[in-house]
Amino acid sequence: MTDSAPLPRPGAASRAPFGRRLCTTASSRDSGGYRVVSLVDREGPEPLPGQFYMLAAEDGWGAEDGRAFLPRAISVAETRVGAAGGGIRLDFLLDAVGPGTRALCDARAGEKIWITGPLGNSFASPREVAPGAAGAVLVGGGVGVAPLALLRRRFSERGVPHRVLLGFRDRAHSGGLDLFCGSSGALCPEVRLATEDGSQGVQGRVTDLLLSILAGDDAESGVVYSCGPPAMLEAVRALCADHGVACELALESPMACGFGACFGCAVPKPGGGYLRLCVDGPVLRGGQVGEVSHAYA
Amino acid sequence: MPELCGIELSTPVINASGTYDAIAARSVFGDELLDDFPFSAFVSKTITPEPRAGNAPRRIWETPSGMLNSIGLPNKGLEGFLAEDLPRLAELPVPLIVSIMATTREDFANCVERVARRPEVAAIELNVSCPNVHSGLIVGENPSETEALLEALRPQTEKPLIVKLTPNTAAPAAVAAGAERGGADAVSLINTLKGTAVDPASGVPALGNGYGGLSGPAVRPVALEQVRSVRARVGLSIVGMGGISSGADAAEFLALGATVVAVGTESFRDPRAGSRVAAELECTLLSERSSAPALHLD
Repeated sequence: MTDSAPLPRPGAASRAPFGRRLCTTASSRDSGGYRVVSLVDREGPEPLPGQFYMLAAEDGWGAEDGRAFLPRAISVAETRVGAAGGGIRLDFLLDAVGPGTRALCDARAGEKIWITGPLGNSFASPREVAPGAAGAVLVGGGVGVAPLALLRRRFSERGVPHRVLLGFRDRAHSGGLDLFCGSSGALCPEVRLATEDGSQGVQGRVTDLLLSILAGDDAESGVVYSCGPPAMLEAVRALCADHGVACELALESPMACGFGACFGCAVPKPGGGYLRLCVDGPVLRGGQVGEVSHAYA
Repeated sequence: MPELCGIELSTPVINASGTYDAIAARSVFGDELLDDFPFSAFVSKTITPEPRAGNAPRRIWETPSGMLNSIGLPNKGLEGFLAEDLPRLAELPVPLIVSIMATTREDFANCVERVARRPEVAAIELNVSCPNVHSGLIVGENPSETEALLEALRPQTEKPLIVKLTPNTAAPAAVAAGAERGGADAVSLINTLKGTAVDPASGVPALGNGYGGLSGPAVRPVALEQVRSVRARVGLSIVGMGGISSGADAAEFLALGATVVAVGTESFRDPRAGSRVAAELECTLLSERSSAPALHLD
């Protein structure tokens, strides 16, 4: 397969079964300060890169002063068809920042998690985003590297030339790196790393790495795919706009339902009005979104 | 067979307005949604005379056993609803109830007349948690405002008019009585309770609008008491809601005089919650019946 083969897009083949379902936790492991929680889904389709699930632990939900109450929207980081015993293994990268993510991180093998999904749209191949674009630059930061791991594998399978730029605080906080490079600790050649203290890779920010690529001659032949904290996404969006490079950004927003019911995940449109990130996203083209802000992300 | 104002329902469980977008849900889940539609009637999100974009984020905030929302009634407006949404909602396998809000009696009357005239529409719910721009009063907080509004709307249609009561008033039963005097067929309660929260990260109100409405199991005891007090005052049909997440919760509302119940926030957690609550409720009612003391010997 070559880069001319477009990535599959959401449709009947990847449609979420109606309702939530209980899945068994296959494993939970530490990953540089984050956790990778793997579930076995026996009912749902294989998700596409960028799609997410609503997750709620069967045990421990509501255990902290009546929270967590709502399920949490989490992007899928990796999948494996034909998991032991059938079904699809879904890997989620989680940062225990609140009662919901803490309960999910605490789930151990054999414990159950409610899931609804796969939900939302997915990343498009470079030529669908920009005719004439052949390659891809993936830019991830923090726990937001998750959906880029699955996207990167799809690009590899399809022969889409790509580079991966990842940013972390420091070597000790480089969660999810193993999703790209395996557990050996060695960096694979197409992955470049920036850490704020320089303890691994280049000292600085991942957007410094992106700038050096965008300033190069072949920038316009690539499409930038990015997910990470709002300030990083905004820097990526602005850099791409300045250099005339197309981009797709996977955003995050407070979300109660994930299927268009709650209208909570409103993201302002540049011309006024709002998108619902759960059904109009989570992947948005650079032009679909104005300034990416903490106010809604 | 349960019924609401003459509308026959397959179960006593419908949805709360603004908590389920059946058009979006169908695009997400496909026609499986229609094969096992979770509610026995569908109540639309509130429509207003003109389109609304909704409130600035942040719009939702999780609370103990509940959530705050400040969504701001985003909708396509009357014309957009009639042209684009109503034909698609008519494809649902259940009766359709359309929720309407306006800030003048004239606008309200026009919306009611235009919507009720459509054969796809079984009943109208009136969202009165809004100001009357002429009096400045929140209609649903005031019995005489509510009565006067119903008097203006009643001549517009013979279809059932359901008044969605706000809980943010000292005497919801008095407002229900005003609705009854004005000619309403039913009341639905409760709407969300006014509330707010502070974002610990910023030290300022968490919601973009400064405050919002509380829903979820946290409000259930308040909702139950309001249903009880309204039932004691009026003979109207009652749609009871507020934090229902199980059949046992629904049974409490029915025990206090609700005619049917509505599921709202729980659908965010479980898109099929309506079906689950209906199935659990049937089991609850069956076991209550079988364990009830026999009053008559055949």
